[in-house]
Amino acid sequence: MKAKRIVLAVAATLGLSTGLAQAQISDSVVRVGVLTDMGGAYSDLSGAGSVIAAKMAVEDFQAREKPGFAIEVVSADHQNKGDISSNKAREWFDRDKVDVVTDLVTTSTALAVMKVAKEKNRIALVNGAASTRITNEDCNDVTVHWTYDTYALANGTAKAVVKQGGKSWYFLTADYAFGHSLEKDASDVVIANGGKVLGAVRHPFPGTDFSSFLLKAQASGAQVIGLANAGTDTTNSIKQAAEFGITPKQSLAGLLMFITDIHSLGLKNTQTMYLTEGFYWDLNDETRAWSKRFFERAKKMPTMVQAGQYSSIAHYLKAVKATGSDDTQKVMAWMKKTPVNDFFAKNGTIRDDGRMVHDTYLLQVKKPEESKYPWDYYHVRQTIPAAEAFQPLALSKCSLVKK
Amino acid sequence: MEIFGVPLPALMGQLMLGLVSGSFYAILSLGLAVIFGMLNIINFAHGALYMMGAFFAWMALTYLGIGYWWSLVLVPAVVGVVGIVIERTMLQWLYKLDHLYGLLLTFGLALIIEGLFRSEYGVSGLPYTIPDELTGALDLGFMFLPKYRLWVIAISLFVCFATWFVIEKTQLGAYLRAATENPKLTQAFGINVPLMVMLTYGFGVALAGFAGVLAAPIFQVSPLMGSNLIIAVFAVVVIGGMGSILGSIVTGLGLGIIEGLTKVFYAEASSTVVFIIMAIVLLIRPAGLFGKEK
Amino acid sequence: MNGRLSLIGYAALLAALLAAPLFLYPVLVMKVLCFALFACAFNLLLGYTGLLSFGHAAFLGTAAYVTGHVLKEWGWPTELGLLAGTLAAAALGWLFGALAIRRQGIYFAMVTLALAQMVYFLFIQAPFTGGEDGLQGVPRGHLFGVVDLADDINLYYLVLAICVGAFWLIHRTINSPFGQILKAIRENEARVVSLGYDVAKYKLLAFVLSAALAGLAGATKTLVFKFATLTDAHWHASGEVVLMTLLGGMGTIFGPVVGASVIVTLQNELADKVGSLVTVIMGAIFVICVLAFRRGIVGEAIALYRRMVWR
Repeated sequence: MKAKRIVLAVAATLGLSTGLAQAQISDSVVRVGVLTDMGGAYSDLSGAGSVIAAKMAVEDFQAREKPGFAIEVVSADHQNKGDISSNKAREWFDRDKVDVVTDLVTTSTALAVMKVAKEKNRIALVNGAASTRITNEDCNDVTVHWTYDTYALANGTAKAVVKQGGKSWYFLTADYAFGHSLEKDASDVVIANGGKVLGAVRHPFPGTDFSSFLLKAQASGAQVIGLANAGTDTTNSIKQAAEFGITPKQSLAGLLMFITDIHSLGLKNTQTMYLTEGFYWDLNDETRAWSKRFFERAKKMPTMVQAGQYSSIAHYLKAVKATGSDDTQKVMAWMKKTPVNDFFAKNGTIRDDGRMVHDTYLLQVKKPEESKYPWDYYHVRQTIPAAEAFQPLALSKCSLVKK
Repeated sequence: MEIFGVPLPALMGQLMLGLVSGSFYAILSLGLAVIFGMLNIINFAHGALYMMGAFFAWMALTYLGIGYWWSLVLVPAVVGVVGIVIERTMLQWLYKLDHLYGLLLTFGLALIIEGLFRSEYGVSGLPYTIPDELTGALDLGFMFLPKYRLWVIAISLFVCFATWFVIEKTQLGAYLRAATENPKLTQAFGINVPLMVMLTYGFGVALAGFAGVLAAPIFQVSPLMGSNLIIAVFAVVVIGGMGSILGSIVTGLGLGIIEGLTKVFYAEASSTVVFIIMAIVLLIRPAGLFGKEK
Repeated sequence: MNGRLSLIGYAALLAALLAAPLFLYPVLVMKVLCFALFACAFNLLLGYTGLLSFGHAAFLGTAAYVTGHVLKEWGWPTELGLLAGTLAAAALGWLFGALAIRRQGIYFAMVTLALAQMVYFLFIQAPFTGGEDGLQGVPRGHLFGVVDLADDINLYYLVLAICVGAFWLIHRTINSPFGQILKAIRENEARVVSLGYDVAKYKLLAFVLSAALAGLAGATKTLVFKFATLTDAHWHASGEVVLMTLLGGMGTIFGPVVGASVIVTLQNELADKVGSLVTVIMGAIFVICVLAFRRGIVGEAIALYRRMVWR
């Protein structure tokens, strides 16, 4: 897709900004790259909305803080492919002097770009991708995993479903790092809470026809079919499951779902399903206010990925201003020692492994008759506090964590 | 009840899905065989035209409110016309050249068509609902049979055998076969061979469009749906033997069933089994199971 | 073709390439070089032996994965890694060739396509490829234990050396007695048979050589980008190399280089600006080349030159 180079240059306010600040920022411009899926399976939950969120963050920052440096936002479509994202990131870092890459939906792209970022000593803010590998085996000190991860999802959704009585599970998994991660984390939770995993089947990513995989799930006789996939893979699995009479006899657990999925499937098809999100637009006045502004530009309510984009980029820009430079290590140090307090997270902190921990929410989809206005889709069943929501540091496989 | 350690509903379900796949293989390889028989061109664009058929059905529903049943008739006609335009403007100049150029041209066309749709609609696939008359399923006790998929199998078989009948048993078919064997002589008899060629391409392509409409409710309508399918169809045609109508139908259905069975017993191999069979057939019977070496 | 003129041309090009890192982004030039090698290897089969293989991506991908694997997981030295990839591709080429040569023309093309697709699906399943995630983080290592290839400039000169060397090898092959027989096979196979040559053996040899060099391109590419993914083995890559050769001029020795340069540069520049329309443009180039521009850029240039000289 187009790489929009919109120079949101700020007319340097007289007096306040110092030449000192400008001298330490590489060529006086801070460039934020949004590398996302613009037309594929995940384009609804991130895509153009992520770019809008990024721009909102930059514009608000410039209006409020009046920094002494210019900020640019560039974006590109990685088509959910590791090689395209790796090449794009490399080009951005080498040639176009981009300072930070964000979004990175689809775990394989995140893992690829994290490596390039480390090589070139730039920052990666992962909002879109989910796998816990980002803060475990593949962790590095230039990456922040902001919005959510597979552990948090499993901890919320899988636990809730097992407690409701769904004891036997069968997984339908997207065959790449994210799907494997989600399947593993969810299996661990199911077993830890007294359930059983009867098996799993992997489908190609992205998938189109899930019928033969769903038949296997049906044959297993499991009470719950865990959908370890996302975006259109999830919505198609749900639709096709109905076609084969799998639901309502067996129930489906959407281990990663976004408000955009509910919107496209409709409440009739998703009512009473549990899901875990890091953000819901209708939580409180602050979230509502921001989300309405987002809605005006995007024509859709924001998903947690898009909200996370805003939050992470705003935090990054604050770090640049506070340290007076875009040097990676200085900025990362400031970001890690400063708590995050905005509409997205209250007292969120970035740990040594790169994980930004914040509260998550266990949500249940409303029945059609319970929904009073557009996008009124969820009951908030539980707020899972930050300390519980994410994988404890003690269990981390990350080499940066001091044990 | 279990067969080879697999519960019967699972086995029957996968077999049914295999038959559905096989039906698509059959229709598409039939179209390819018809076109190849007549024009000596491997129509790489076949997958893209199948995708076009699905998209036209979706567009007809979304923008014009034209329902499924009308689409089944109208869309193949439209795709057929597109085919005729392609034939007249581009393909006809290639008949005198090495056959490879036909393959390359249609490959280029496939890229153009796929790229255009992809640019406009992204790749995530658009929903097309199953028509009301065919929603739901029959609970046969030993398996769950969605009505729509049963319809797909039935109508595909009908169309395939109707085509075979026309080509092998009617006078029009006889003219077509004559024109394929010896165009000059047939032309000398007063039969308009270029017209036949043009109509044949149009018909072959219309078959692809028809398959597209059938596919729209089952597979997501996506610009990539054709390319995912077309190479397996090529393998089917190589196995069946090019230019044999009956061969492509039987091979298509057969391979769909084999694929379905593979999914049950050894799922990882299901996408490669068609190609493995192709390799074996090439070693034993290079002309294909039903083929006649040209 | 005028020998002295082409020699001057090559020298000038070599000089330009040696100086390239000063003006152009080295990674992009390396990508062009790798694909130019890929296209030249492909042309050995199409332009000189007359065999259209639609499955060459299998060789690119196989070498890419093998090299990536031995460098990353087994820690082999860089040179051996490249060699391993090339040999793997050659072996696969021998397998494919043995099967495909049984058919002619269009059937040959379809068989190669189908075999390559099978390899693609095998790669999706095989754990060592990393499936959709790809094989990432391949270390570039040190050349002969001395030269640090993490530096793009160092790597650039290595890649340049490899590609120039391989190009020279292809040049020699085409102008050798072996190459003459290949050309004869393309022109009139029956004649060659009647002269007593074992045509199948020659075809197979050409196929293996083509596959090996395509593999070398894939292995080198892995070194440049530090990963190998399914894209390398996807049939789009097979189609792209056909396009590069067709556009550049099949049957000319320099055509594929020109074709590869144009296509890679075009894709790079346009990908961000027009997104999926890049595919449309590729397709349109295909169509135009087949209908009106069959000799390709270099082919037309040579024809033009000849017309001017013989006026």
